[in-house]
Amino acid sequence: MDFAFFLIQLLNGLQYGLLLFLVASGLTLIFGIMGIINLAHGSFYMLGAYLAWSLAGLTGSLVAAILVAVPLTVVFGMALEWLLIRRLYERDHLFQVLLTYGLILVFEEMRSILWGDDVHGVPVPALLNASIPLTENLSYPVYRLFISAVCLLLALGLYLLIQKTRLGMMIRAGASNRDMVQSLGINIKFIYTLVFAIGVALAAFAGMINAPLSSVFPNMGGQVLIICFVVVVIGGIGSVKGAMVASLMIGLADTFGQVLLPEVAGMIVYLLMAIVLVWRPAGLFGRA
Amino acid sequence: MAPARTRQFALLACALLLAAFPLVGGTFYVQLVVKVMILAIFAMSLDLLIGFTGLVSFGHAAYFGLAGYALALLGPKYEAASLWWSLPAAMAVCALFAFLTGLLVLRTRGIFFIMVTLAFAQMLFFVFHDTKLGGGSDGIYIYNKPELKLGDFALANLDKTEHFYWLVLVLMVAVYLLLARVLGSTFGRALVGIKVNEHRMQALGFPVFRYKLASYVLAGALGGLSGYLAAVQFGFVNPEILSWHQSGAVMMMVILGGMGTLYGPVLGAFAFVLLQEAFSNQAWFGAWAKHWQLAMGLFIILVAMYLPQGLAGLLQKFGRKDEAAQAEEEHG
Amino acid sequence: MAEPILRTQELTRRFGGLVAVSKVSLELRVGEVHAVIGPNGAGKSTLTNLLSGDLPPSSGSVQLEGRDIAGLKSDRISRLGVGRSYQKTNIFLPFTVFENCRLAAQSRAPRPWRVFGNALGFADINRQAEAAMEAAGLAHRRDRVAATLSHGEQRQLEIAMCLATQPRLLLLDEPLAGMGPHESHRMVELIRKLSEGHAIMLIEHDMDAVFAVAHRLTVMVNGEVIESGTPEAVRNSPAVQLAYLGGEDNLHG
Repeated sequence: MDFAFFLIQLLNGLQYGLLLFLVASGLTLIFGIMGIINLAHGSFYMLGAYLAWSLAGLTGSLVAAILVAVPLTVVFGMALEWLLIRRLYERDHLFQVLLTYGLILVFEEMRSILWGDDVHGVPVPALLNASIPLTENLSYPVYRLFISAVCLLLALGLYLLIQKTRLGMMIRAGASNRDMVQSLGINIKFIYTLVFAIGVALAAFAGMINAPLSSVFPNMGGQVLIICFVVVVIGGIGSVKGAMVASLMIGLADTFGQVLLPEVAGMIVYLLMAIVLVWRPAGLFGRA
Repeated sequence: MAPARTRQFALLACALLLAAFPLVGGTFYVQLVVKVMILAIFAMSLDLLIGFTGLVSFGHAAYFGLAGYALALLGPKYEAASLWWSLPAAMAVCALFAFLTGLLVLRTRGIFFIMVTLAFAQMLFFVFHDTKLGGGSDGIYIYNKPELKLGDFALANLDKTEHFYWLVLVLMVAVYLLLARVLGSTFGRALVGIKVNEHRMQALGFPVFRYKLASYVLAGALGGLSGYLAAVQFGFVNPEILSWHQSGAVMMMVILGGMGTLYGPVLGAFAFVLLQEAFSNQAWFGAWAKHWQLAMGLFIILVAMYLPQGLAGLLQKFGRKDEAAQAEEEHG
Repeated sequence: MAEPILRTQELTRRFGGLVAVSKVSLELRVGEVHAVIGPNGAGKSTLTNLLSGDLPPSSGSVQLEGRDIAGLKSDRISRLGVGRSYQKTNIFLPFTVFENCRLAAQSRAPRPWRVFGNALGFADINRQAEAAMEAAGLAHRRDRVAATLSHGEQRQLEIAMCLATQPRLLLLDEPLAGMGPHESHRMVELIRKLSEGHAIMLIEHDMDAVFAVAHRLTVMVNGEVIESGTPEAVRNSPAVQLAYLGGEDNLHG
């Protein structure tokens, strides 16, 4: 493997990992703060991709589509939390699994009814549709670099939000002591609604910006969901830092696995998870 | 009549009715009931974990699929395998997989356990999906149904729908009786104790991990039994049989029927398959029949919100009302 | 004096920077009630958790009849003859009183791995369970579901389950918590009776009860033992008067 080829795989792996982080960070926050296991999280990724495709078709611009779609997904997330998820806080995880599994079926069929069952491509925005030449016959697409940069910016934003703002302080306090936060007069219900909506929007946004690379197809949420579960298991529940480290690990392992050991690539991430479980059952950054 | 007696009587009557069904039912319906009974075994095996040990496994399809692949891969390609060795072998493979993954997944609990069981099932999915071992995404055909012979005498011809039906019925009843026996033993009491209060069980001196592992292995082996029968019924295996939607469906059957009871999962399997048939019935739902999962999804949401004890819970409620009414009559 | 059944040396447990139990050395003997007292947050419950195996110690040793048990899991320690009750009632709420005790007794069955055979068919397990209910004064509640018992009865059940495991050493974590005077009195009598055949470590806030049954007292403050000795000696210790009572209250309060 020469250097340019290695560099391309490295960048691909990092880009994939950063994208996973967007989906997994919301998932781990919802686990950690609200104590909810949400199987429908992958559906939000799918929803984002389909919104991007259909709105980009209408407006002719992916950027415009994203600008319209993100607020829509925030509202959708809040409505969903208010309607259904809220009823699950005090319930056994078993019922959370069951209800959110039912949601997956509903979302998939709604997708089928609204948008059909075909695979669609989404064009890369013209401004970013270029490649950087690395060698005579190898080059790297600018759009992938753009995705990585956007994901990094969002990750930074999320870090600042959680560590530096008053809202973030309340979120952190809510994760460790619900009653205390409630007694301080902070509206925990509102915080939960907000955290859930942020998670939905992040996952949907990941689906939107990745649509030109992955294209848009039925059941695209399921695969992302399960990989993100693995990310959360490796990183530790509720740890955004853990989600970042685990996402990058998995992005790199999967990408290099596809190239070097294509036969077993699908299994590599799970083997990685098994190894982490032997070593640290609560994940790399989880509290035992 | 005492409630326990009533229940035994009702169950016996159900078993007899089921046994007589192939004599009157059309082939389509007989095969449908075979499918239901296979899923009932599958659901009972999961209920051992969810309803009796408190382990919410979301990867139970792994055993369903693994046993099917074990039959397809271990059996001779162009001849019939003997059921006498192929069934125990398929179950043993499942038990081994449950033992090895159990050592890892049982180190976790709560949400973690759910995710990790799902992830290991998914790993197995990719083993069969990505490698040539199991024919990739196309799967493998099982050209000949296994033989069930005693010496040279054929006990049953599994190519005949009704013979296979009775075999599955016998096995379903056997699994029911086996689990009833196990749950009434000291081992079973300890499992339920673990479900109710694991911490206290440990403090009382029970090696909780070993009990959970034993339950996990037994559930895996019985899940394998159902998967073996499904592979025999359909004559092929492909990765879809161990997809996570299969795990979700069987969890639905357990809860719909009523977890923590043994007849609940059987009821749940019947109800689930009948609903599936109903929602996808074009005569009833027209163009919407294609989107039957929408109705199923909404139904699942309703069950999760309003029917936590499942159909068994409803039955018990009515049973209690009856008893109360009876008591009133006697006293009044 | 009899040989101690359990002896700790410099037992310590840290949580991050906080030292919850600091270099505690104490001895428990059969026939003796050893009460551990101290204000809230003194580390008494953590000490119990270290002895029962619910928590591993950070350092120090725990010797049970000469054998080091520090760091063993709670089920191993339980099977070695240590029974404990919990401060927050920790029973099987959906089960009957009998089944609670039967399960406890079952943990001592020579072959607990019987997968077949009715669980109710083991005469010696049943006998042990019945005896434990009798000893704890719960025989008349045999078939009641534990969740429907009064608070005091649930505390008694907590002790009965402990006894059903036939321990030689009992760790009782605030057995009187939340009990009325009548129930407290019965519990004190029970503890006194049990002390004849058992070594007992008693953690309790009710000083009347402590001075009524304890043969030996250890006072903990901020994770450390500040005094240990006979009730008389502890009562008169200036260190205890100062540290534990802040000079305002007295040990009878």
